[in-house]
Amino acid sequence: MITLMSRALLLLCLLSAPSMAVIETYEFSDAALEQRYQVLTAELRCPKCQNQNIADSNAPIAQDLRKRLYQQLQEGASDDEILEYMVARYGEFVLYRPRFSGATAILWLAPILLLLAGAVVVLMTLRSRQQPTAAAAQTLSAAESQRLQSLLDDSESES
Amino acid sequence: MAPRAKLFIPLVLFAVLALFLLRGLELDPKDLPSALIDQPLPQFELPSLGTQSLVSRDQVIGEVALFNIWATWCVSCRVEHPYLHQLAERGVPIYGINYKDDDSDALRWLEELGNPYRLNIVDAEGELGLDLGVYGAPETYLVDAGGVIRYRHVGVVGERVWQNILQPLYQELLAESAP
Repeated sequence: MITLMSRALLLLCLLSAPSMAVIETYEFSDAALEQRYQVLTAELRCPKCQNQNIADSNAPIAQDLRKRLYQQLQEGASDDEILEYMVARYGEFVLYRPRFSGATAILWLAPILLLLAGAVVVLMTLRSRQQPTAAAAQTLSAAESQRLQSLLDDSESES
Repeated sequence: MAPRAKLFIPLVLFAVLALFLLRGLELDPKDLPSALIDQPLPQFELPSLGTQSLVSRDQVIGEVALFNIWATWCVSCRVEHPYLHQLAERGVPIYGINYKDDDSDALRWLEELGNPYRLNIVDAEGELGLDLGVYGAPETYLVDAGGVIRYRHVGVVGERVWQNILQPLYQELLAESAP
């Protein structure tokens, strides 16, 4: 009984899967255009479902953007023109790799700055370890050895 | 640096991180700034809902107005609708942009719930929506008398949004356009 039910469930799952993945297909006159379409749909971010690119997203807005992208590619627009068009409407947000500008400078530079900061910390740590402070601390000065001796003498006399 | 002071480095780093995260709690990632703020309303020529005529940009600009993106498939639009009536009664011009919708459904909706709009622009394919950078409904644009977009609100416009955000701007724009 249980196996029958699980089989039925499995069958249901199989049946429902294709209906989930309705993503339209476009015919391209040229393989290079199709290649650019693939790259651009992966680079453009869906404004509605924010952690997906428009290639993955099934939101109506992503469909519209794909359609517009296809039209623009067929009309012979360059990649820069298309990205410019999208940014003019949806802002820098729509690019998964935002262009370098005053607003995005910290985004692009932060990894380099953090790496440099890390390198500085490592260098400083290494340098402080190399200094022969440890060896110097092991030899006692004349005053220190005198005090040590007196302490030892004290403890002997107590016992 | 004194060895004792060094012990506080992790605490300081933690405090800085905590400040950033605390700020992050208050930010809404869905609240995207519109790329069209201070840009002119895009050109369009689209059918006017319920009539045979076309409506273009020039016919809807000239005074401070709201442009409301709505659709019958949009549940929040139904929530928003009564408040739009209130605004229209107070004399705020509202133009509807019926976004990716079916004309007969839209007309039935207006018949049932009333029509607070000056007119409705039919954007069945979402072309105007795309030019406006719309990514869902409802969205409301505040456009000044010169046809420049001054503010975009994503989501339902209710009493609080109007009182706190839209009305002050609206009054300011009215004062700006008055001679």
